[in-house]
Amino acid sequence: MNRRALLLAPLGVALLAGGGFWEMLAGMRKGTFNPRGVPSPLIGKRIPAFSLPGFSDTDLVTGKPLLVNFFASWCVPCVEEHPVLMDLKEQNIPVWGIAYKDKPAATDMFIARHGDPYFRLARDEPGRVAIDWGTTGVPETFLVDGQGIIRWHFALPLTPETVDEELMPLWRKVA
Amino acid sequence: MTGRFAVIVWLCLSASVLATPAHALSDPSEMLPNPAQESRAEAVGSQLRCLVCQNESIEDSGADLAKDLRHIVRQRVVAGDSDQQIMDWMVARYGNFVRLSPPFNALTALLWASPLVAVLLAAGVVVAARRARPTLPKPLDSEEQARLRHLLET
Repeated sequence: MNRRALLLAPLGVALLAGGGFWEMLAGMRKGTFNPRGVPSPLIGKRIPAFSLPGFSDTDLVTGKPLLVNFFASWCVPCVEEHPVLMDLKEQNIPVWGIAYKDKPAATDMFIARHGDPYFRLARDEPGRVAIDWGTTGVPETFLVDGQGIIRWHFALPLTPETVDEELMPLWRKVA
Repeated sequence: MTGRFAVIVWLCLSASVLATPAHALSDPSEMLPNPAQESRAEAVGSQLRCLVCQNESIEDSGADLAKDLRHIVRQRVVAGDSDQQIMDWMVARYGNFVRLSPPFNALTALLWASPLVAVLLAAGVVVAARRARPTLPKPLDSEEQARLRHLLET
């Protein structure tokens, strides 16, 4: 190794880092990389205990898998996600909704306007139960199996691609 | 004279503004009445990441979720939880990502070791550069000098 080659080493490191950042940015655009997609520590654990107007944790343990969707009428990405939830309802996948920090009247108006994709609806007006589920915003979706174990967590609006590529293979496994 | 004085006062004031950390916890109603408990809550809170803005602590963030988490930290301080218990409570929900200084484990070993790795790499480069430096040829011995002189003369 000669000295001139050594001088190129920092350039190589910079190129490598640049390539990495490029890959991350490209992934963000394509949706394959989510900088907020921090794995939830709740995966593989039982759902947190809670009791809300609408339903409680014991109601969620039905012997069959289901989805839990945190949403709010004031949340713009929730509107974007809404048709996907309606599709899931069509496919007989029960989505249990939890309205996060939302006035009941506003939630009801949202559902009246866009359609009701929810199997059952609970209201978390103080937003305290959402913290026990480790959510950082809305919408967020969890897959809960028949024994009440959280199998999957998605912290972005659901898209048809996410449903087909990530959710459905898991769903078939736990169903 | 008064003009210069005003400038000095202004400079001092702006320096003090720049030096104070911007705490979002400006609403006194959020603070605990007990100063010792409040400062403990602030110390714990400043170690917790705001999950909405990600690069701020919950003490610094103006996000709604950060406000809720600040409130929970204070509730738990009053309830008598240790700092570790509060931290564990947060990690159980949000994972180690919620901690602004990640713990040392198999996953973060490379992260923590990175300064040492960088120093070792630099040392390696220096050593390699020294080795690669061309060494000066040995001075000619008397026999070679004689031969050189002979060649030059003929």
